[in-house]
Amino acid sequence: MPWTRQEMAARAAEELRDGFYVNLGIGIPTLVANCVPPGMRVQFQSENGMLGMGPFPYEGEEDADLINAGKQTITSLPSTSYFDSASSFGMIRGGHIQLAILGALQVSARGDLANWSVPGKMIKGIGGAMDLVAGVRRVIVLMEHISKGEIKIVEQCSLPLTGVEVVNKIITDLCVFEVGPGGLVLTELAPGVTEDEIRSKTGTPFATQLH
Amino acid sequence: MSLNKVHSTPEAALAGFLHDDMTIMSGGFGVCGIPAALIDVILDSGVRGLTLISNNPGADGHGLGKLFKNRQVRKLICSYAGDNALFAQQFMAGEVEVEFNPQGTLAERIRAGGAGIPAFYTRTGAGTVIAEGKPTAEFDGHPHVLERGLRADLALVHAWMGDTEGNLLYRMTARNFNPPMATAAEVTVAEVETLVPVGSFDPDHIVTPGIFVDRLVAVGAINKHIEQRTVRPRPLAAEA
Repeated sequence: MPWTRQEMAARAAEELRDGFYVNLGIGIPTLVANCVPPGMRVQFQSENGMLGMGPFPYEGEEDADLINAGKQTITSLPSTSYFDSASSFGMIRGGHIQLAILGALQVSARGDLANWSVPGKMIKGIGGAMDLVAGVRRVIVLMEHISKGEIKIVEQCSLPLTGVEVVNKIITDLCVFEVGPGGLVLTELAPGVTEDEIRSKTGTPFATQLH
Repeated sequence: MSLNKVHSTPEAALAGFLHDDMTIMSGGFGVCGIPAALIDVILDSGVRGLTLISNNPGADGHGLGKLFKNRQVRKLICSYAGDNALFAQQFMAGEVEVEFNPQGTLAERIRAGGAGIPAFYTRTGAGTVIAEGKPTAEFDGHPHVLERGLRADLALVHAWMGDTEGNLLYRMTARNFNPPMATAAEVTVAEVETLVPVGSFDPDHIVTPGIFVDRLVAVGAINKHIEQRTVRPRPLAAEA
């Protein structure tokens, strides 16, 4: 049985370490914020200019001056700091953020990531994704294994790239892949999912080292 | 330039600065921290052929979105434009030229422009369409892209508080692109929610020093738009 979105987020949260500064992308990655193990100190960065992101506000306490990178109203924490966009991306590009967990449209066997545009569709823009994959120490893709029947883990990305050889790990609803120097390595399967199913839903060969 | 930086209205603060085909930087992330009152002056002035530098094109009916609706914009230099349907129509119809930048590259181009740095190398965008047509070089074993510093004729910023010297403080995530933009234009005009006399701020707390601000105007507590209102349920009274 595939992992649910919550279970995927919980699996991704196992990658968090005490003291990490982390940037979460929009979508399933956002759910990781709710899965921080008790007692672990993790600060979430919002690239529009905030470290130490708090939960959504109570109704009536929304503040138009306090939003996350998805433009949602949020709250601050005692540890929060604010800074301008150039400083924010200085943190990202300067390698000060330990981990980014992002969604993807396609990931290739060598860790190329495509997550910002589809030819023929309106280009919405790039946002902070290219900076995150270029600068953050470790990049994890958290996504559905396939999308509407389309294979997303491929030999080579056909969509416009966000970054080249930037993804370290892929966590899907079906399995976990490490991106190694020789290509993908299957390391975990969701309960009841077989290696054959992964093979039929993955567009590139991979090694298997289940643990 | 008048010695007195403070002007009584947004119109007066921009008087003499607006003309067709100019390049304007405008602070804000989405519609958070946008110079809304100054943008309204540009709308009313009717100047056209504008090149706008801003992270986003505003929202439909809010901020820079008004200038697209009024067809005053020739080109937008931004990082993300997905939240404005009217802008999307004009872009798809080829009525507005758009240059997409990675958000950090955009911020750094503005910072560099304000600091007299004409160009810089970055890893961001290497091996992607962003690098096409730009010089590249390898440093420390990785390919880098040469990006140009960015300047404008006019920068519009929104600050929470300003003093009569033009020193500015910002509030929470409404800071965003405002401080770097204040440094990167021939003329910078700031709208502030509250204007105070010099000496009111602890100099250690000032974010934008007054040297970067040519004119400022107090606009009071303005009605701010929220694009994504997200809340969580309150705990029950018994638990609180």
